[in-house]
Amino acid sequence: MYVAVKGGEAAIANAHGLLADRRRGDRSVPALRLDQIVEQLALGVDRVMSEGSLYDRELAALAIVQARGDMIEAIFLVRAYRTTLPRFGYTKPIDTANMLVERRVSATYKDLPGGQLLGPTFDYTHRLLDPELAAGADVAEPLRRETEAQAMPRVSAILAREGLIEPDGEMPQDHVPGDITREPLEFPMARDIRLQALSRGDEGFLLALGYSTQRGYARNHPFVGEIRIGEVELELDVPELPFAVPLGSVQVTECQMVNQFKGSAKAPPQFTRGYGMVFGQSERKAMAMALCDRALRASELGEDVVAAAQDEEFVISHSDNVQATGFVEHLKLPHYVDFQAELDLVRRMRAEYEARENPTKVEEKREAAE
Amino acid sequence: MRGQEARDQAERKAAMATLAQSSGDDIVRLWNEAGLPSEAELLRGPETGLVTMRGRIGGGGAPFNVGEATVTRATVRLPSGQVGHCYALGRDKQKARLAAIADALWQDPARRNEVETKIIAPLQAALTTAHEKRRAETAATKVDFFTMVRGED
Repeated sequence: MYVAVKGGEAAIANAHGLLADRRRGDRSVPALRLDQIVEQLALGVDRVMSEGSLYDRELAALAIVQARGDMIEAIFLVRAYRTTLPRFGYTKPIDTANMLVERRVSATYKDLPGGQLLGPTFDYTHRLLDPELAAGADVAEPLRRETEAQAMPRVSAILAREGLIEPDGEMPQDHVPGDITREPLEFPMARDIRLQALSRGDEGFLLALGYSTQRGYARNHPFVGEIRIGEVELELDVPELPFAVPLGSVQVTECQMVNQFKGSAKAPPQFTRGYGMVFGQSERKAMAMALCDRALRASELGEDVVAAAQDEEFVISHSDNVQATGFVEHLKLPHYVDFQAELDLVRRMRAEYEARENPTKVEEKREAAE
Repeated sequence: MRGQEARDQAERKAAMATLAQSSGDDIVRLWNEAGLPSEAELLRGPETGLVTMRGRIGGGGAPFNVGEATVTRATVRLPSGQVGHCYALGRDKQKARLAAIADALWQDPARRNEVETKIIAPLQAALTTAHEKRRAETAATKVDFFTMVRGED
């Protein structure tokens, strides 16, 4: 017999009302505007865009405030919103060599065309809390230095001249880029599909895996060949126009990780590469992505798969924090019937166990009961 | 003839790029100042959808899908017959409609110059100024290495 149980409508409605109240907080404190979040919590907005896999700063800001600052909840909201929109197509691949660069550093070459541009970085700050910021002190305009615009080729292109580094990743001529939003994940997967999954993957998860490769689990000695952050232009081929239509610009972070490689049966000694590409200014994520991309190329390069970061199915199946939170958090939803069934099972097993371990006691009990 | 056509296409594309990069507020302001007509038959939209941004493995290798971005598009027809299009990142429907009208007007030889001088040129000037400012601010953070000479020799 199955008895359906209903209830909780009023409790749920009131809980959501309470959530709205707590989200707003003390009414004497001004409510946050979306433009304040976009401007002043910009890197949080960028994380929601990157892991929500949707470039739209205002929507990401709305998601952050609606989620009370819970980033994974905000990412969930953005992912859900995405599914309501029609798809116009795939852009032409972006050209990061023509980026309007806001930051560009290389740990492999001191002097390189275009130079080392620190940009708005936390690097070299002392990580001391700033009481003046708490007091709302005015901030000076940044300095400017007028220079000729200089070409800034990717560092990988410079390294390639010596032939000691593998080329940019190529796929077979007739390969159509896979799309995890259209087709279910299948293992083993091609590198392009892996990169799409990594780009929306959880920053904390990829950071931990990247860190594990540095600590010796799938060791592959990495250097940051280059990190560049800036705006790239998007173009879309559409049937109604004889040229690719320009859509505007998006900010992205690109990381070229360069890894020492002693060679294998499949490839000669050279530098190999991992690649990171994420929406917004998300340097840590781009670096972690590049480390994981390189580690996941183990089979392709003839390396032994010995560590978690090299296990494609493990990494890609668990990198999506919306999926992860869905499965973990569903555990708190009512499981009354499942639990009753298990409770009954455990009672029976316990009775059998006790009958086996202690037959006389059970016998006495039965007699006493009779 | 073919050269002229290619030049026209390149100029139209540049105008569309300027409109797509600019903010809706700037376009509305310039439109009102210019007194250009804003009536047109809407053939499609304005409607918001997604495009999937593609990158390249290693920066220059095979394409892969990075993630989606919101895009709003509109298609309009002027009373004089020209059909204009707009696709622009974001969800600004007013901007998409006006930019599509601007594209249609741009195709009318009698109106092109007016659209270029009153709308496109000021928008482009503002974009160039903003880019130059950004570039100069970044340039101020460029590392100038120098060598410390140590010892007597």
